[in-house]
Amino acid sequence: MSELITADAADLAGRIARREVSSVEVTTAHLDRIAAVDPTIHAFLSVDEQGALEQAAAVDARIAAGETVGPLAGVPLALKDVLAQRGVPTTAGSRILEGWRPPYNATVTQRLLDAGIVILGKTNMDEFAMGSSTENSAYGPTYNPWDLTRVPGGSGGGSAAALAAFEAPLAIGTDTGGSIRQPAGFTGTVGIKPTYGGTSRFGQIALASSLDQPGPCGRTVLDTALLHEVIAGYDPMDQTSLDAPVPPVVRAARSGDVTGLRIGVVRELGGEGYAPEVEANFHATVEMLADLGAEVVEVSCPNFEYALAAYYLILPSEASSNLARFDAMRYGLRVGDDGTRSTEQVMALTREAGFGAEVKRRIIIGTYALSAGYRDAYYGSAQKVRTLVQQDFAAAFAQADVLVSPTTPTPAFRMGERVDDPMAMYLNDLCTIPTNLAGNAAASFPSGLTTDGLPLGFHVMAPHLADDRLYRVGAALERRLSATWGGPLLRKVPALPTTTPATTMTEGVTR
Amino acid sequence: MALSQDEVARLAQLARIDLSTEELAHLAPQLDVILEAVARVADVATDDVVPTSHPVPMTNVFRVDEVRTSLPVEDVLAMAPDRQDDRFRVPRILGEEQ
Repeated sequence: MSELITADAADLAGRIARREVSSVEVTTAHLDRIAAVDPTIHAFLSVDEQGALEQAAAVDARIAAGETVGPLAGVPLALKDVLAQRGVPTTAGSRILEGWRPPYNATVTQRLLDAGIVILGKTNMDEFAMGSSTENSAYGPTYNPWDLTRVPGGSGGGSAAALAAFEAPLAIGTDTGGSIRQPAGFTGTVGIKPTYGGTSRFGQIALASSLDQPGPCGRTVLDTALLHEVIAGYDPMDQTSLDAPVPPVVRAARSGDVTGLRIGVVRELGGEGYAPEVEANFHATVEMLADLGAEVVEVSCPNFEYALAAYYLILPSEASSNLARFDAMRYGLRVGDDGTRSTEQVMALTREAGFGAEVKRRIIIGTYALSAGYRDAYYGSAQKVRTLVQQDFAAAFAQADVLVSPTTPTPAFRMGERVDDPMAMYLNDLCTIPTNLAGNAAASFPSGLTTDGLPLGFHVMAPHLADDRLYRVGAALERRLSATWGGPLLRKVPALPTTTPATTMTEGVTR
Repeated sequence: MALSQDEVARLAQLARIDLSTEELAHLAPQLDVILEAVARVADVATDDVVPTSHPVPMTNVFRVDEVRTSLPVEDVLAMAPDRQDDRFRVPRILGEEQ
């Protein structure tokens, strides 16, 4: 494995800026790595080889001309396929958008390109970000680099697996109920869900607009913070964008000082249903933070137990409305338009053919929850639970600066294990969902391995616009744990089978 | 309450999804389990709790009414399933007799 693909993004950017290595060399090394391991992992839905090399050459030219470039310029990145990139296939993991090439860039995409970050390709995901395992992608699942019989988490399993398989040093995910943090936990990587409104949703294919938030994914806390600063900040194109300064996340990631930080252990996010190894690792991590000078308190959030139910009413309700745009009329798939059928029939045939099982399941639940006669009982009650969850957070944050829990109740589970049991699948998101209902910032940091060699994640939640606190905790843990492990956790990832690089890859191939 | 296959078929029709008979048989029991699980929101959603639709306070955003460059028509229509005269071409809505 080339040293260029194991290096940190911050380190690579520095070497590219000093012209010790070119962005084209770094990008080529990653494209070769993708060609070698992605047939096994399937983290990518499409690889934009030509576009990436052109972006890399442009950064090299700017540096050669003496221009000052951003702190991640020239570094490659894997972009979740739910974000629009002009001229590049964008499918959200769905057949209904197969082959669609957006005529514009999402704000996040544009900011990456403006910062000189090289976009290698689009990563696999559960269809329309509905899922916790990346088994719901219409293009086939992604495999967990730590154990190829297990899922990488979802919906951002492609982005997380790309990091863990050393196919990209940086990635972008989106988090609606844990789709950045849960895959980060399952793959031993860092995943941040910024404060709602902290990053723009313009150009992100919407799942549930009041919950969705794009965020940075990385292998180190500092890399993730640097990426956070690139994509965050006010965007007039997004009505929900917060017109507020970006929290000082990079400074926090460099500091890693948790002295005096009050850490609240959420009583309701633990105990029954949590794997013993998950619990043991969580408590050991909390003790480590106490040892580093943090003050640990126990907090209670009694309404969190209703959060999952509220989420699985609010999400389908919003999704049923958002996905109405996939109507076969303006873009994407169209089925049955043979001149004998009405618009309505063509829509119904197209949506039947274009949507997968989980998407249909949720659209129908949403249609039901919003229908006359049931709206108050379901959607209306769920919105009240949202109020109660927010009140729980407010009370807890009066006692603690950050709240903590395991990222997931279990480590990565086996492929196929939960596919036919939606409720078992939904329980994965137990710890991550309350944050999305309240719009807080939250993160998952690697905290250890099970005896079977599966990564475990430590979940940290912070108040609105206090995203920097997440990075303080993450950096403190990373420093201490790296010292214990003799390096980053990802060094322990098993070697992957490789195929001969390069010859089969074509620009923009959707598999 | 149990969700019947007929009700699921009706919901699918409202959602413009042409479900097959097999899908209906498979989906109805699953939806029933999910709905039963999520119905517990009613336990704590008492009359005194104000509903929240959004995590941050929402205000209407207005932008200045100025002429700006829009996406080129060619770009917008490039991905359309069918087109005619710079417009999206869609199937007819009404039959001959209507």
